[in-house]
Amino acid sequence: MNDAVKPFAITLDPGSSKLNHTGSWRTERPVYVDKLPPCNNQCPAGENIQGWLFEAESGDYEAAWQILMRDNPMPAVMGRVCYHSCETACNRAKLDEAVSIHAVERFLGDYAIEKGLRPAVSADPSGKRVLVIGAGPSGLSAAYHLTRMGHAVTIREAGPMAGGMMRFGIPKYRLPRAVLDAEIARILDMGVTLELNTKVTDIEAAFAEGFDAIFAAVGAHLAKRIDIPAHAAGRILDAVSLLEQVETGAAPALGRRVIVYGGGNTAMDVARSARRLGAEEAMIVYRRSRKEMPAHEFEAREAEDEGVLIHWLRTIKEIDETRFTVEKMLIDAEGRPQPTGEFETLEADTLILALGQDVDTSFLTRVAGVEIAKDGVVGVDARMMTGRAGLFAGGDMVPAERTVTVGIGHGKKAARHIDAWLRGAAYGASERHPLAEFEGLNTWYYDDAPRSVQAELAMVRRQTSFDEVVEGLTEDTALYEARRCLSCGNCFECDNCFGVCPDNAVIKLGPGNRFRIDYDFCKGCGLCAAECPCGAIQMVPEIG
Amino acid sequence: MNDQAETGGQRVRFYQTGTHTVGNRLMDAATRTVQSSIDRSNAITSGHRACQGCGEALGARYALDAAMRAAGGRMVAVNATGCLEVFTTPYPETSWQIAWLHSVFGNAPAVATGVAAAMRATGRTDVRVVAQGGDGGTTDIGFGCLSGMFERNDDVLYICYDNEAYMNTGVQRSSATPAFARTATTPAVGPHPGNVFGTGKNLPRIAMAHEIPYVATASVADLHDLEAKVTRAMAIGGARYIHIMVPCPLGWGSASQDTIKLARLAVESGLFPLFEAEHGDVTAVKTIRHQVPVEAYLRPQKRFAHLFREGHEDHQTLAAIQAMADANIRRYGLLGEGKA
Ligand SMILES: Cc1cc2nc3c(=O)[nH]c(=O)nc-3n(C[C@H](O)[C@H](O)[C@H](O)COP(=O)(O)OP(=O)(O)OC[C@H]3O[C@@H](n4cnc5c(N)ncnc54)[C@H](O)[C@@H]3O)c2cc1C
Ligand SMILES: Cc1ncc(C[n+]2csc(CCOP(=O)(O)OP(=O)(O)O)c2C)c(N)n1
Ligand code: SF4
Ligand code: SF4
Ligand SMILES: [Mg+2]
Repeated sequence: MNDAVKPFAITLDPGSSKLNHTGSWRTERPVYVDKLPPCNNQCPAGENIQGWLFEAESGDYEAAWQILMRDNPMPAVMGRVCYHSCETACNRAKLDEAVSIHAVERFLGDYAIEKGLRPAVSADPSGKRVLVIGAGPSGLSAAYHLTRMGHAVTIREAGPMAGGMMRFGIPKYRLPRAVLDAEIARILDMGVTLELNTKVTDIEAAFAEGFDAIFAAVGAHLAKRIDIPAHAAGRILDAVSLLEQVETGAAPALGRRVIVYGGGNTAMDVARSARRLGAEEAMIVYRRSRKEMPAHEFEAREAEDEGVLIHWLRTIKEIDETRFTVEKMLIDAEGRPQPTGEFETLEADTLILALGQDVDTSFLTRVAGVEIAKDGVVGVDARMMTGRAGLFAGGDMVPAERTVTVGIGHGKKAARHIDAWLRGAAYGASERHPLAEFEGLNTWYYDDAPRSVQAELAMVRRQTSFDEVVEGLTEDTALYEARRCLSCGNCFECDNCFGVCPDNAVIKLGPGNRFRIDYDFCKGCGLCAAECPCGAIQMVPEIG
Repeated sequence: MNDQAETGGQRVRFYQTGTHTVGNRLMDAATRTVQSSIDRSNAITSGHRACQGCGEALGARYALDAAMRAAGGRMVAVNATGCLEVFTTPYPETSWQIAWLHSVFGNAPAVATGVAAAMRATGRTDVRVVAQGGDGGTTDIGFGCLSGMFERNDDVLYICYDNEAYMNTGVQRSSATPAFARTATTPAVGPHPGNVFGTGKNLPRIAMAHEIPYVATASVADLHDLEAKVTRAMAIGGARYIHIMVPCPLGWGSASQDTIKLARLAVESGLFPLFEAEHGDVTAVKTIRHQVPVEAYLRPQKRFAHLFREGHEDHQTLAAIQAMADANIRRYGLLGEGKA
């Protein structure tokens, strides 16, 4: 149109408001972030829990399992025996109840065993040879990770079977051996050489054989003892030896009444095993109270459910064949048990000591540079390396919490540092993301959903057989449970940001690709960040 | 397990966030919102001049995109004067990506009636007509035209974006301004600060009194519900009315990122009940998920700041507002079956 004939006030051609870049109004900009979910932060094995739950939520169990396997080679075992501190940290606990992470992990582990899934491995052979001493969880984990990195691994194991305390400590009713065997076999099938009944006694000789590095994870197997005055001692056994004998089918007859001395998980397991071996009465004598016991609350509860009687605040003072004199204790202000001078007697045929274990470090005493503390634990640096270059150590034999999960985590960590050390480099851990705190979530969006419950074996069978006590989840329940995850700090593609922007300034990139902010038009109102359920958007000040 | 709609072929009926979020990768595409789709019409595109966090810009896109999908893209929208009109069309630009028409402040219902008549006359009965205005344009100046449109049962869906005052001209009180709110014309001074208690009108109920086929209230905090209502309304002929609460950061004195939160708290406190009515009778209500006291809704808004002066909290007024919420809860049964 000719301008001259245009009436007043419509002399300009119409245009889209897209000509107006409202992004210039902004004082803060939304930025997509990946925060560290508290579960991941807590996991001693360094699992990306939120990551594998995300895949499980959509029913892609194989993808979920593969993510899990990047960090932990034994999900089916872990889902059964791990004390799951991740669940204590889980943000959902502040909403209703924590996600039952261990139960979903167990489902995925069992699923993989059933389907015969294999971990995805792609590294080229490095030409390096690593010796692993001990086929417990820590040694197996190191062997698995080192193999994934391309190194040739040999495990030497003193005992007749692999598994360490997972086999000779943790009873079958908590960890069925078919599950343990399947997960060990899968590691060995990757090309790990396992030499059984081969106790390593000389580290330098092993290096001389041509191993480029050694990872020692021999556990803590020497039962602690105490002196109790005994006029005529009845039968006294130690817990770890008894559990080992149960496993090999060589357990002695225990009599009608058994006293277990100690308050840790081993005490609980041995008392529960005694019930199953036919003891009519299995009692635990422990010098502190329930609050101070090293065993987990659920372990004590499960033992009590099965009829184990726990005598809290008692020490054994004297034994006269089947008569046990015990003294009542009191907890003082510092939390230490103090004698009261009041005595009781208990009757029992057998005493089982479950007072903890020390590390057998005899094979290390002649190795120069290795530091061994008074209690037997071996000193390692931040790389898990001992004072002897190339000799790394982990699991129960180093100073840390003694659990399967910590052992598996040590195996992974040591493998990374061994790999770097073999290449003459240093392992650079990736930067830790800021924690995804509960306060950063917009929990209004999550549906109410109570935690699913795992069924338990009938009580009669719990008292008479070693069948597994706690049952797994069905597929439907596992899927439901996975979907209870809030996806803390990590986008789960709910489209909220894409929807709530009054300025259409959020660009949806399609499934799996998340979103992008169009900073030409984003005014920085912050609605996307406020309405993101999982706190994956952060507002940062504009500079200049 | 939950209040989710059952969706075809999916056995586990629990979807983490269910239908509370805009989309949900775990649910069938058909049960996700129009807004979650990259194919939504974006009736109002980027570059408009609405304030940061404007609830009206958001509510209008929510409603019109849903209406566009329901109408298969054959739709004309008429607009009264107000923020929505002004921030979308600063000469010579427009944000509208749909057929759109503006006349004056008070006549949008009549213009829409005319558009519908024109469509009928030209045989374009496939084209649907939507009219829209702010609360001032709807409850005050446009009220006569709107009542006529209802009374004649003209084939128009009228949508009111209620931000509870005349925002475009600087926050003057309207007949939709809530009791005790401070506006430019109801200042927070004197013995009874803010808007006078007992005044104003409830337009959804007035619309119901016309016994038109469909009346509904909706909120920018509940997108699934809002879209379902618009879709429902578009499937019906005759006069229909939807009243959407759209928080206004400027007029309410609230933080721009709190727009949806405030809309949600208005619903969850019972102050803004979500319901549907057909031919004058309430047919459905959306129950409150997590009830909150009215204070949670009022406190973040500067227009109610005079109720929360340090050491001089106006408990009496708060109790009066809580009583209004409680009355809604009772009237509509907002806590669900058998709960008051
Ligand atoms: C009864 C009981 C119950 C438990 N329950 C749980 C539980 O539920 N959850 C949990 O997380 N943790 C539990 N634990 C702790 C857990 O089992 C250990 O922390 C974990 O097994 C330690 O792993 P590791 O690899 O360091 O050592 P181990 O598992 O002890 O394995 C060490 C291996 O090294 C071998 N070895 C030793 N010396 C040599 C040598 N010189 N040469 C070659 N091989 C050698 C041993 O034979 C053994 O196989 C339990 C422990 C016990 C005793
Ligand atoms: C007849 C007439 N009177 C007054 C005005 C000035 N005016 C323009 S917009 C507006 C306020 C609109 O308020 P509302 O309808 O609530 O919409 P909002 O801006 O709040 O979205 C007024 C008074 C006008 N345009 N026409
Ligand atoms: S809700 Fe999910 S991501 Fe968050 S802590 Fe729990 S398991 Fe981890
Ligand atoms: S004044 Fe209120 S309604 Fe108008 S553009 Fe700003 S936020 Fe939106
Ligand atoms: Mg208004």
